[in-house]
Amino acid sequence: MPKKGTKSKKVVDDVANEQENKLPDYLELQRTRVVCNADAPIHTLGFQYSGAFAAMGVDNSVSVEKFCKNFKVEINRLTEDDIEFDMIGVDASIANAFRRILIAEVPTMAIEKVFMADNTSVIADEVLSHRLGLIPLDADPRLFDYISENDVPNERNTIVYKLHVSCPKGSQRITVKSSELEWLPEGSQLSMASSAQSGDKQKTFTSFSKSQKQILEKPLGVKFKDITIARLGPGQAIELEAHAVKGVGKVHAKWSPVATAWYRMLPEVVILEEIKGDNAEKLVKKCPVNVFDIEDLGNGEKRAVVAKPRACTLCRQCVMKDDGQKIELRRVRDHFIFTIESTGALPPEVLFTEAVKILEEKCEKVISELS
Amino acid sequence: MEHGSLTDLSASTFSIMEEDHTLANSARFVLNQDPRVAFCGYSIPHPADRKVNIRVQTTGDPAKDVMKDALQDLMVMCQHVRGTFDKAVANHKSKKSAEEMDVDRK
Repeated sequence: MPKKGTKSKKVVDDVANEQENKLPDYLELQRTRVVCNADAPIHTLGFQYSGAFAAMGVDNSVSVEKFCKNFKVEINRLTEDDIEFDMIGVDASIANAFRRILIAEVPTMAIEKVFMADNTSVIADEVLSHRLGLIPLDADPRLFDYISENDVPNERNTIVYKLHVSCPKGSQRITVKSSELEWLPEGSQLSMASSAQSGDKQKTFTSFSKSQKQILEKPLGVKFKDITIARLGPGQAIELEAHAVKGVGKVHAKWSPVATAWYRMLPEVVILEEIKGDNAEKLVKKCPVNVFDIEDLGNGEKRAVVAKPRACTLCRQCVMKDDGQKIELRRVRDHFIFTIESTGALPPEVLFTEAVKILEEKCEKVISELS
Repeated sequence: MEHGSLTDLSASTFSIMEEDHTLANSARFVLNQDPRVAFCGYSIPHPADRKVNIRVQTTGDPAKDVMKDALQDLMVMCQHVRGTFDKAVANHKSKKSAEEMDVDRK
């Protein structure tokens, strides 16, 4: 699709490049950093408007080409259930969109309907159902469809689990763990009461046309085997069937694929004026996360240096008193340290790509609505 | 849905249902980076309604086209983010497995 107006955009870019105008240092600082003073942060908003510096001949716009050139990702840690990475060269609005989508709009499977056949435990039906809903399931949501109100539960949109435990009379109290949930790949085993007498095949609450074992590569289960569901005293029993469906976190938090997803801006600690001797020692002690270190200058002289700016939690102890004026705490506006903790349905790196895909889909939807 | 005038196409309010800050704020950011845009902002008229209004005023181009271009740009940006991220993950994984092999050798 030929883009209208791309030409005019290009011209603006070229003009800026030719002139090679640069912002004065103090403005560049305001544009790229949030400065955290002892009382409050300043320059928090930045300059959003593309023509903010037009009068100075400086272009503040970000074209896609520019974005693609500057964007960087660095992975710091990647384990089975969490990831930490640096996202560099992106605006807070985009980073926040990814975070919001991760929490509220990436789908997972969770138990939604519970058919209670028997529950003589002390825990009430609705509380038990709620607890079941919150159990993370080890099922890839990408293999399933959403179920809508009038849909019949089938092998493509429903996962059926059975829980049947009882505590024999005269024995010790038992704890029901999530490992007792048994996956039923052939669908529901509970028959609907009305059709119980008619027909050779009894009608159940699901209509699976084939076993889920045929469509899934690995058997489904729960992610964590040791979640306590209930406790049963002697003579008590629970018999139920739980139906899991696909959903998103904005409907109910049980569908949220992340325990948390968050980001923070990269801290930058700058020593504006040299801090020496005893003052340096004091400064190192003052910081609870050991951001500062001491450098030996030889002949007994010591100087404070910034060793681990990344550890800074912005407690601002160092800028409060004494040498406070000599230090500046800043945050880099376009550098995000992004952390995703998965609940287990999908690995964290897949969650992020899924989130980005969802934002793409949103754009596509609105574009097609406007055309 | 677009709310604008018939004679002046350079200013419009886009009313998008079932969307929130996630899309509106990123769209607003991309629009503000476009030199053709004179003003852009968004609001959620009522927190209980699932709806956002995005206001776009341009220096002359039709607001609808500018809006579509912005969303197109956002999509391209997302694709680039995804590509870069996947590459970084693959790099990290291969580096990690290489390190583990080194440990075995020792």
